[in-house]
Amino acid sequence: MSTARRWFEHSGTRALLALGFVLALGLVFNAGGAFFHWSTHRDMLRQVSVDGILACGMTLVIVTGGIDLAVGSILGLCAVLFALVSLHGGYAAPVAIGAVLLAGAGAGLLSGGLVARFRIQPFIATLAMMVFARGAAKWLSGGEKISQAVQAPDGSFAYVKLPAIFRAIDARVWGGNIAVVTLIFLACAAVTWLVLARLRYGRYLYATGGNEEAARLSGVPVLRAKLLAYGLSGAFSAVAGICQAAQEQQGDPEAGAGYELTAIAIVVLGGNSLMGGRGGMGLTLLGAMTIGYLEKILSINAVGDSSRLMLTGLIVVAAVLLQRRRAG
Amino acid sequence: MPPPLLHLSAIGKSFGPNRVLDGVSLDLRAGEVHVLAGENGAGKSTLIKILAGIHADYDGRVELAGRAVRFATPLAANRAGIAVIHQELSLVDTMSVADNLFLGREPARIGGWWLDRPAQRRRALELCRQLDLELSAEDLARPVGDFPLSAKNRIEIAKALSQEARILAMDEPTSALNGPEVKRLFALMETLKRQGCGILYITHRMEEIYRVADRITVLRDGRWVGTARAADCPEPRLIQWMIGRELADYIPPRSGPARGGEQRPRLAVRGFGVPSPDPARPAAVRGFSVEVRPGEIVGLAGLQGAGCSELFQGLFGAYGRVCTGEVWIDGEPFVPSDPRHSIRRGLAYLTADRKGSGLVAGMSVAANISLASLPRVSPAGVLRAGVERERAGRQATALDVRLASLDQAVGTLSGGNQQKVVLAKWLETEPRVLLLEEPTRGVDVGAKHEIYALMRRWAADGMALLLISTEMPELLRLSDRILVLHRGGITGSFGRGEATPEKILAAAMGAAAGRPEAGPPPPAADALRVWPLACPAFP
Repeated sequence: MSTARRWFEHSGTRALLALGFVLALGLVFNAGGAFFHWSTHRDMLRQVSVDGILACGMTLVIVTGGIDLAVGSILGLCAVLFALVSLHGGYAAPVAIGAVLLAGAGAGLLSGGLVARFRIQPFIATLAMMVFARGAAKWLSGGEKISQAVQAPDGSFAYVKLPAIFRAIDARVWGGNIAVVTLIFLACAAVTWLVLARLRYGRYLYATGGNEEAARLSGVPVLRAKLLAYGLSGAFSAVAGICQAAQEQQGDPEAGAGYELTAIAIVVLGGNSLMGGRGGMGLTLLGAMTIGYLEKILSINAVGDSSRLMLTGLIVVAAVLLQRRRAG
Repeated sequence: MPPPLLHLSAIGKSFGPNRVLDGVSLDLRAGEVHVLAGENGAGKSTLIKILAGIHADYDGRVELAGRAVRFATPLAANRAGIAVIHQELSLVDTMSVADNLFLGREPARIGGWWLDRPAQRRRALELCRQLDLELSAEDLARPVGDFPLSAKNRIEIAKALSQEARILAMDEPTSALNGPEVKRLFALMETLKRQGCGILYITHRMEEIYRVADRITVLRDGRWVGTARAADCPEPRLIQWMIGRELADYIPPRSGPARGGEQRPRLAVRGFGVPSPDPARPAAVRGFSVEVRPGEIVGLAGLQGAGCSELFQGLFGAYGRVCTGEVWIDGEPFVPSDPRHSIRRGLAYLTADRKGSGLVAGMSVAANISLASLPRVSPAGVLRAGVERERAGRQATALDVRLASLDQAVGTLSGGNQQKVVLAKWLETEPRVLLLEEPTRGVDVGAKHEIYALMRRWAADGMALLLISTEMPELLRLSDRILVLHRGGITGSFGRGEATPEKILAAAMGAAAGRPEAGPPPPAADALRVWPLACPAFP
């Protein structure tokens, strides 16, 4: 077996180890057997999907050695946009989805441009975009949630009908066993895998993250590679925003706050290197499962919000340490 | 007889299943330079790292002046009087020169909590004076990353020497130095020897071994092969020890006459200039002209900062569209604008810094080989793994890269094999003009020999080669013509047979071409005083 393959399997093993650790917690704290119900696992998959979609874009950006802090805010902005165009504007679903995807990709390209063209550090550039996009979401929505209730100039409320697309995205298929958002997540994961593992541009992303100068001197279009990573990350954020809006049946300008950190945690728990140049979508999927189960186990055990946050922090550290010791 | 300064007995070290050192013993006496020789991967660097306290987990015994020691950390080794200059420099680029010089042992007050910056500045200046480093107070405050590789190397040496070490271990300290700088280093080593230091010295340069060595120890595949006084160990025997076979000829002489006298030049350059990044400074390269015909190897010589490297980067478009002058490739005008464009027009540029700008260490061998020619293995943007592996495999075989698998991360290969992977990457682009900067840096004797043969073969296949090398024998034996640069301009041009090391050095130091040397080269002690730092590298 080759070294590289062994390494990859090794890092896959490490990610599996973290997942196993969390699952073992679930076996022990099974909340009176609730952990053994199929519905628990089904719900976990549904609940982790939005974060998982963000993690797909985050994986692309992290492979280039960058970071995208704006994904949560772009999610919020896109949720508001989607609600405005589809719910209030009454436009057909394809138009609304297309417009929101373009907006998300545009925001991503903008941060990508700041990083690639103007050489602003990814942390700073996307931090700026994070603040800006949140502001834009609040400005567009006037600070209010964009819901079915539309306020007329005279102060009275009228209710608009919820477009079919909202229900379609929030539905479950196959006998109610798989949520549509989970399928959307898996589709995003497939696209990310395709880019990273099969397309020429995927190789460009790895080379850029692995050694940017060597890549540039080898004729790799480093600038375009970075634009692609951030642009796709923005587009995935838009997809997540549409899902979030459909699930909440409204566009909340505060939606997605803090999600960027969950997305980063998913990528890191999967065993991807924050230094860039290595890792992949498979690892991120494992990371998503790990985070998903962790949240689910805490929630079925009815752990209070404050303890849940503290426990999450501790368990993430434990899982990462566990991976590292085995790796050493 | 007093015990030796350093005594290593039966040292062994494994990385996982790999046994990289096995039963190695050697002595280092006060006042000697002990050269550690062997091919890449022989275990020399590992041995030094054990001595430096980087690998604390090893078998065998280390004794300092008869006393058994085991260093757990580099700091412990430092405190015991061992200073190490590593192949990979251990400077922090973002910190100032002075901070780097005293890293880990900063002058401090109040129980070590309060940095005494004035004292550090004072001591740094004093150190520079003692070692005749021409560094001003402003230079000392600038970050190390602003300085070119050769200057960093000198800072590293100064850092090691400042620790008043009794044992100095140097791992290829001259790999980035030019002739006069090397002389200064050797003079410094002589001084240290007289003061009773012992120096353990690793190098791949044959002539260096015989210039500095009192004794030589050869390692091969992690085992001790032999130790001999330098005088008792002539070159053929040394090479035989190192590679376990005899090399018929170290650098093959060119077979047949120079080719292509009347052919159209592959590469023609007229009045080429590369501006300096700092507008206040003179241009890095001025009025450079050359014609290289198919099958020709043109050598470029120059001291550090003469502009050789900048010339290559400018021609390759690494600085963008900033250069002046005219360039033709196979008679067609060419404007350097960006590496991507240059590659399409048939240029290839092997950089001197393999790790920094040649390889993507974490990627596989196959991915590195195809990196500069990805469109060939990914029609319509989709990677064809089979095609990629087949092409990479063919190149790896042609260049005789020794590897376990094409999927192996390239960082796990030895230096020589890594270099072959970079060469393979460029050959995959089917270049017409090869710009080679230090193609054999950090490469062992066997692989060097192979790279020389390859260069000859590519020339015979009709490529035009431009070669920068600080290794005089390499430059003299491989080049059909040698151009010498001094401060960005050509100061000498020598045909095959006319070039001698003395003439090249004179031209490189600014003496007019062809003029007989004015006198003997300046004595080493004198040269020691002139140790200027070249201008900062391009951003």
